[in-house]
Amino acid sequence: METEQTAEMPTDSEKREMMLNIGPAHPAMHGIIRLVVDLDGEQIQNADVEIGFLHRGFEKMSEEVGYNGVIPYTDRLNYVSPLINNMGYCMAVEKLLGISVPERCHYIRVILSEISRIGDHLTCVGATAMELGAFTVFLYMIKARESLWDLVEMVTGARMTVSYCRVGGVKADLPQDFAGPCAEAFQEVRKVLAESDGLLTRNRIFVDRMNGTGQISAEDAISYGITGPFLRATGAEYDVRKDCPYAVYDQLPFEVPVGTRGDNMDRYLVRMEEMEQSMRIVEAALRDIPPGEVLVNPETGQPIPAAQMVDLAKMGKIESISGGCALVAPTLEGAGRGQHRSIAVDEKRVFLPPKEDAYGNIEGLMQQFKLVMLGHGLRPPEGEVYFPVEGANGELGFYVVSDGSDNAYRVRVRPPCFAIMSALPKLLTGEMIADIVPTFGSVNMIGGELDR
Amino acid sequence: MENSPSFLTTRLNEAIGWAQKYSIFQYPFVTACCGMEYMATACSHYDVDRFGAGLPRFSPRQADVLFVVGTISHKMAPVLKRIYDQMADPKWVVAFGVCTCTGGFYNNYATVMGIDTIIPVDVYIPGCPPRPEMVLDGLMKLQDKIQDHQSSGRRAEPEPRPEVFEV
Amino acid sequence: MNTSLIKAVSDRFPAAVSATHTYRGDQTVALRPEFLLEIAQFLKEDPALQMNLLVDVTAVDYSAFGKSPAPAFFASSGVAVRPSTQIPDEDPWPGPPEKARFAVVYHFYSMHHKHRLRLVVPVPESETELTSLTPLWAGADWLEREVWDMYGIRFSGHPNLKRILMYKEFEGYPLRKDYPVNKRQPLIGPVN
Repeated sequence: METEQTAEMPTDSEKREMMLNIGPAHPAMHGIIRLVVDLDGEQIQNADVEIGFLHRGFEKMSEEVGYNGVIPYTDRLNYVSPLINNMGYCMAVEKLLGISVPERCHYIRVILSEISRIGDHLTCVGATAMELGAFTVFLYMIKARESLWDLVEMVTGARMTVSYCRVGGVKADLPQDFAGPCAEAFQEVRKVLAESDGLLTRNRIFVDRMNGTGQISAEDAISYGITGPFLRATGAEYDVRKDCPYAVYDQLPFEVPVGTRGDNMDRYLVRMEEMEQSMRIVEAALRDIPPGEVLVNPETGQPIPAAQMVDLAKMGKIESISGGCALVAPTLEGAGRGQHRSIAVDEKRVFLPPKEDAYGNIEGLMQQFKLVMLGHGLRPPEGEVYFPVEGANGELGFYVVSDGSDNAYRVRVRPPCFAIMSALPKLLTGEMIADIVPTFGSVNMIGGELDR
Repeated sequence: MENSPSFLTTRLNEAIGWAQKYSIFQYPFVTACCGMEYMATACSHYDVDRFGAGLPRFSPRQADVLFVVGTISHKMAPVLKRIYDQMADPKWVVAFGVCTCTGGFYNNYATVMGIDTIIPVDVYIPGCPPRPEMVLDGLMKLQDKIQDHQSSGRRAEPEPRPEVFEV
Repeated sequence: MNTSLIKAVSDRFPAAVSATHTYRGDQTVALRPEFLLEIAQFLKEDPALQMNLLVDVTAVDYSAFGKSPAPAFFASSGVAVRPSTQIPDEDPWPGPPEKARFAVVYHFYSMHHKHRLRLVVPVPESETELTSLTPLWAGADWLEREVWDMYGIRFSGHPNLKRILMYKEFEGYPLRKDYPVNKRQPLIGPVN
C-alpha cells in the first residue's frame, strides 16, 4: 500500500541497509577481529574492520628483557611460521652489530625458514578450504603439517614456538641424519598437495566461490603497502628473497610464482606453487650445505657417553677419547664445542660459549658471565637498523634501535598482514556476505602478527 | 543434602554423567598461538573425536565446554565474559595455555593475568603451547569432573581475589 | 656507502634536510617537519626514485636514551656497569635527533629500482603534530593510527584518527617511556 511520498528521507524502518556485526568471536578459524558491515540485502556496501583484540605488548616487552630475551616473543608473532620471525629479528640485530654468521648457519636458518613457510601455507589453504566446506582437505593438510612439525621438533626440540635462532647463530646444529626424515616428510607433503590439488583446483564449488571474489589491482595493493603472496597474485613481482637477498637465498635456485588477476583463486594457486618452490629450496640447500663436525669417536665410530669419557680420562686413556665428543643431554645436543664453529659467530661478546668451555676453563666462564648476568649482556653499539625478510605473508621487517645498553631501546615489527587487513574494507565492498569467508581466509590474518 | 542418595538415583546420576562426559560440545574460543595446537589436537593425528569431543559448536548457546585458547587481552575480556554468560548450565571452562592460566610471560598493560579473575575455571592446561598429549590429559581430567558433577553438584568457585594486586 | 638517494633529496630540498647518515648501509635523511608531505610526494613521483611502497611508519621516544639503570654489582668497590662501546664502529651513528623527544620514522622502498630510504622527522613534545601521508599512500591510514595510539602523535588531515590496538577507554599512550609496562586499566575484573 503506497502512500504519496514526497522526496524525504526514509525513516529507520524503511531504510534498506542493515548493519551486521561479525566478531570478535566468530567461527572463522583465523583470528579475532570485528567486522562491521553495512548490508543491502546480501551485498556489502561498506565494511569497517576493528583489530587489536590480541594486542600483547610485544614492542613494550622487548624493551625489558634483553636482546636474546626477545626471541621467544618473536616466535609468537606469526605463530604458524615462527622460525622466519626468529631469523628476521636475529639478522636485524646482527646487522646492528656488524657481524655475520658462518655459512652453515645461514643454510640451517634457510632450511628451517622454508619448512616453516610450507607449514604456514598449509595452514592457510587448509583453513580456507575447511571454511568453504572441504573439511577433508583441512585434515590432510594438518596431517602433512604434523610431519613437518616432527622435523622441526627433531632439530629444535619444540613443535611450534621454537626460539631456535640466537643473535649470532642458532641454538644447535642439525642432527646427523636430517636428510632422510626430511625427504620422507616432503614425500608426504607432496602427496597431500597432489591430493588437495585434485580435490580443489577444478572443483566446481571451490572455483565458483574463489574466482572473481576479493579482487584487488596491483596499484591499489602497492598503495596499501601489501607485499607477499597477496601482492604477487595481483601481478606485481616483489619477493624480498629475490630483490633484496639475504642469508644464502641468492645461491639457491627457485622461482617466484606470480598471478594475474588478484582474486582469491590466484592467491590459492600462488600459495600452492610456493610450497613446491620452498621444498625445492630445502632440497637444494641440503645438497649444498657445507659439512658440519663429525660427532663420533674416529676409531669406533660411536658417540661416547659423558660418564665413560670421565672414567677413561681418570684412567689416563686419553687417546681413546681425544677427538670424540661426549653424549650430552638432548637439549644440549648439537651445541658442543665441535659444532660451535658451524653454528655460531666467533665473537665472544655476542654468543654464549659451549658448555665444555663454560664449565671447563676460566675464559668460557667469563664469557658466560659477561653475557648472562643482569646489567651486562649483549650490548650492541648505538644505532638503528631496518632489516626485511620474506615472511609467509609478505615483507616482515624489524627496525631495531639500540642505545648501547643490554636492553633494546626500540624494536618495531613491520607486520605484513597489517597492510593487508587495512585493505580489507576495499576488498569486501561490493561483494556478497558469503564472499567474506574465502576473502578473509586468503588474507591469512595471524592475530599475533597483526596486533603484536 | 536434602535427601540421601539412593541406589537408583546414584546409578542414574552416573549414567547421566557418563553420557555428558562423552558428548562434549566445545566452544573453542581461539585467539592466539595455542589455537594451532588446538587444531592439531582436534585433527586426525591426535584425534580428540575419540573422546567424544570432536564437534565444535560455534554458538555459545549450543555448547557446554568453553575452551579458552590463547591470550586474552583487556580489550577481549568483556567479550569473553559475555560469551560465558550466554552459555547455558551446566557449563565448564578449560583454560588452555599458560596465557589463560596466569597470563604467561606477557606481564604488561594489555593482558589479563589469568582468566580466572573474570570467569570460574575448571581445568587449567599449562604450556606454551601445551603439547596435544597434555591437552588430552586435561580433557580426561575434565571428563572426571563432569562425571562427578552429577552426583556432587560441585562447581568451580571463582577464587576470592583482592580488588587491587600489589605489583 | 651508497648515498645516491640522500644526494637526490638534499640537492632538491637543501633547506629541508637537517642531517643524513648511512649507518650500516641504510640511507637515512632527517627532515624538518614542515617539508614532510612535499618530500614524500617527490619520493613517490620522481622517475629516478619512484618509491612506490610505503613500508612502515613508526615512532621512537628518545626521552630515556642512554639512561637505562644498570645495576652495579660491586657497588662498594666502586665498579659500575656502563653501556658498552666495546664493539667498535668505523662509521658511528650520529645519535638521536637533538631537542626533540619523539622521532617519527618512515621507511620507503622502490619496486622498480629496488632501493630503500628512511626518513626521520623529529617531533618535539610541545607540538606533536605532523601532516598525514594518506593522500599519497592508502596504507598510511592504519600505520598513522597506530602511531597515534601508541605515542600520541597527531596527524593532520587523517580521515579517521582513533585508537586501533587499544580500546577507547584506555588512557595514556603505552609505548611512551614514561608509561610503566604493567600498569593495567581493565575494563572488567580486578586491577591485577
